[in-house]
Amino acid sequence: MALLEVRDLAVDYLTDRGTPLHAVEGVSFHLEEGRSLGLVGESGCGKTTVMMALLRLLPQEGRIVGGQVLFEGRDLLRLSEAEMRRVRWHQIAMVFQGAMNALNPVRTIESQIVEALTWHGLARSVQAARQRAGELLELVGIPAHRGRQYPHQYSGGMRQRAVIAMALACNPRILIADEPTTALDVMIQAQILELLEGLQRDLRLALVLVTHDLGIVAESCDEVLVMYGGVVAEYASSDAIFNTPRHPYTQRLLQAFPDVEEPGTALASIPGNPPRLDALPPGCRFEPRCHRRLQVCAAAPPPAIEIASGHWVSCYQAEAEP
Amino acid sequence: MAAISKFVRNPMGVIGTGMLLVVVCVALLAPELAPYDPQARLQVTPADILAPPDAQHLLGRDDAGRDVLSQLLYGARVSLIVGFTASFMSMIIGTTVGLVAGYFGGRVGNALMRVVDFLMVIPDLPLMLVIIAVMGRGLLNIILVIGLLGWTYTARLVRSQVLTVRERQYVLRARAIGASHMHIIWHHIFPQVLPLVIAQAVLDISVAILEESSLAFLGLGDPTLISWGTMLNFAFERAISAQAWWFLLPPGFAIVWVSLSLILIGNTLDQIVNPRLRSHHLFDARRMVNIQNSG
Amino acid sequence: MTSSSSLPALNPVPGPPPGGPGMGCGWPQAEGVPLLQVEDLHKEFPLPRGVTAIVRRQPRRIVHAVDGVSFALDRGDILALVGESGSGKTTVGMNVLGLQRPSRGRVCFDGYDVAEWAQGHGPSLEVEGPLAALSRRQRVMRLRQRAQMVFQDPYEALNPRQTVFDIVAEPLTIHRLTRSRDETEARVQAALETCGLVPAGHFWKRYPAELSGGQRQRVVIAGALVLEPDLLVADEPVSMLDVSIRADILNLLHELRRQRGITILYTTHDLATAGFFTRRMAVMYLGRIVELGPTAALLSRPRHPYTQALISVIPVPNPRRRHTRTILQGEIPNPVDIPPGCRFHPRCPQAIAECREIDPPLRPVAPGHQVACLLC
Repeated sequence: MALLEVRDLAVDYLTDRGTPLHAVEGVSFHLEEGRSLGLVGESGCGKTTVMMALLRLLPQEGRIVGGQVLFEGRDLLRLSEAEMRRVRWHQIAMVFQGAMNALNPVRTIESQIVEALTWHGLARSVQAARQRAGELLELVGIPAHRGRQYPHQYSGGMRQRAVIAMALACNPRILIADEPTTALDVMIQAQILELLEGLQRDLRLALVLVTHDLGIVAESCDEVLVMYGGVVAEYASSDAIFNTPRHPYTQRLLQAFPDVEEPGTALASIPGNPPRLDALPPGCRFEPRCHRRLQVCAAAPPPAIEIASGHWVSCYQAEAEP
Repeated sequence: MAAISKFVRNPMGVIGTGMLLVVVCVALLAPELAPYDPQARLQVTPADILAPPDAQHLLGRDDAGRDVLSQLLYGARVSLIVGFTASFMSMIIGTTVGLVAGYFGGRVGNALMRVVDFLMVIPDLPLMLVIIAVMGRGLLNIILVIGLLGWTYTARLVRSQVLTVRERQYVLRARAIGASHMHIIWHHIFPQVLPLVIAQAVLDISVAILEESSLAFLGLGDPTLISWGTMLNFAFERAISAQAWWFLLPPGFAIVWVSLSLILIGNTLDQIVNPRLRSHHLFDARRMVNIQNSG
Repeated sequence: MTSSSSLPALNPVPGPPPGGPGMGCGWPQAEGVPLLQVEDLHKEFPLPRGVTAIVRRQPRRIVHAVDGVSFALDRGDILALVGESGSGKTTVGMNVLGLQRPSRGRVCFDGYDVAEWAQGHGPSLEVEGPLAALSRRQRVMRLRQRAQMVFQDPYEALNPRQTVFDIVAEPLTIHRLTRSRDETEARVQAALETCGLVPAGHFWKRYPAELSGGQRQRVVIAGALVLEPDLLVADEPVSMLDVSIRADILNLLHELRRQRGITILYTTHDLATAGFFTRRMAVMYLGRIVELGPTAALLSRPRHPYTQALISVIPVPNPRRRHTRTILQGEIPNPVDIPPGCRFHPRCPQAIAECREIDPPLRPVAPGHQVACLLC
């Protein structure tokens, strides 16, 4: 049984005028213990929404309108708020996008970790909490004594590590990292990814990496879920996505990625823009920008087909050779 | 404009504007509305002095037998003239000082801010008393005194806003394309500063009216004009012992009415123009733009 | 890593742009001189001291943002300046355009010292002929017409209260280059459409908030292009955009160079994008260039350990291609406390004892290829 199984998740956002925007539809994937999943897509494609929906942290306008989120067999969407609070952070923790900039500037790093520990009832005393905070900092590569410093005394990479330490405070089974390396230099990016991989190995953590950067997904993830316009375009193992992509969007995305071993080859770009949620195409959401579109693509959204074991594609031409 | 529609939807703003419009109409139409000319010489009998309200004099008569209602209506003019003019003067001076101090900084900025500090530390009213006592009473002097001392808060406000805007990347871009300092200040900095200044100026009008009323109450108002403060001055000296509430209450009420209306408008404007965090703290608002827009 | 012989040929350097230099701004083009020459550029920022430090007469702490950078750019050339935050690459760009004044060294644009022109410190010995008669303001304007900047953050570089038309027309208004509304519209339209915002009429009424990140960046580029500059300093133009959109912008810059012969100085922290369209690359670390040479050579056979590490951590979009990554520990030190000897030695996986004492200069190791390392 998978640690986490999401089936047909659908999320709407309510606008001022009352009409719902179908931000996410029909998202399904699963996650095993100790494995990592990369959730890839452009800004606004719904990947953060999916993660927020998992943890039931959507903003006021968000509504989960369908699907199941099975964590160890229990549907998280059916839990009460009190029960959900036992899941959040204890079982599933998240490093939010831009969290490294959202640290409380007037409190030391250590005190912020201690706060998380005491709030979740994980420390018998403040002394024990401080001890544990020190351990967590060491775990992410920060010397424990630096816990007494303030966020402004940390560099960007260190702040990101501190936020990861906070997320690990309750020994979660799953860690979700939303754009953990955006705004960091390449070397620091590599360090953070190395850290996440190490944690995944040593703590048998399941990892979800949400990003728009295919490159880090290639290096760090076992499975990849490519999202476009709120739906799943392709879902397969990392190897399959990069070597035998079937969805036209995935193919174009790979061509837009500069490969340092073949510099000088033209970078492809995808003309057009992502669909507006209030003006969704009636058929496949990628159809207006697709270089291989057919009549049928505009008629109705394509269902997800499993073209090979564990390789799902939402495209009418999934089985045709590219 | 989006700001105007937001203003219209805010009940405080609408009520405040309505209240202010009443006063403005009264001031403009005073000759029409007032039943009597408050300056006219009257033949009075002792019974007319401090006479209580009746059918011909809706608010009674004052200590010289003149109609209180008419005085009240004409008094609106002085208050509004002083309020708007002095506030406008403060706005101009304060914005200029704030822009220069904020944009150029350095020694000039420091010097200007020390002047501001100096003026802010001295209590306003005693200073005004001294200046009026020396310069003499008169409407122009009062406007000058209030306007020339009231710009300091605006200057501070403008300067802090300019310091923020100055560091924005589009200002750097303007420099990179060759814009002169004046161009940058006028096109890029001033538009960001103006809304805050206007919101503050409206509140300043209220302060100016109160200060004028205080000065007139203390006997330093223009002797040739009737203002609400002067009415209060006379009422305080002469009407209280006679328990002539109709002379005391109306000017006080009018001052409160105008101040309140301006404060309501000013606060509403402030709510609209002051930059606030509008995004959910877990979302980067600018990334959400892509969901809503495509071009 | 493939050898350089199997890489596709890069575009040859085109000749001078048609129509003569800089739209007749009257700046005589010096012959045989590189368009841009940076000589031993230093830029320091003194940190403000607290009262106790002043009283105790402690020496001022100084941020050595740029600590001795030299390179040259020929007309039509394109150089990538690669470095992480704190390497000084943005500061170099600002000094190249005269938006900051160097602490030491100089920047020469077409033979004229930029600092003297832009900051106005009296006539230099090189000023002669018609240019000597111009006022300081006029000289700055001429420089701005010929050298422009593309900014990193498309969300911040555009004034949210200006329409796209105002933004792109602003340089024309400032420099008074057009005589009528029609002429302005024509030039704005040309600039917008060159940058792919077609039809221009659809875009120029809009405000920046209504555009996506990629579209905003195109507006920024159009705003720089409208003056028809000879040099573009592109300061990390794509790092704030999604990977799928970067291709568009990079292709646009590539085309601008190819078709119009615009010289480009491209700063970035992402080696992969630099590899795509630049001919030469300079890798910066802590204010100095540590390796400079043809892009192809640097990518296929990097010599400096820092360059090697940077290249090794570039993500490869294929899980089957396993490669060893040299992940350097720690972070770039604070430019206030530059390590003695070779400034990279504390993090260098190949450092030897001498590296702690000797500060290696840039030395040629192959034609056009220089490295600052004792081991090369």
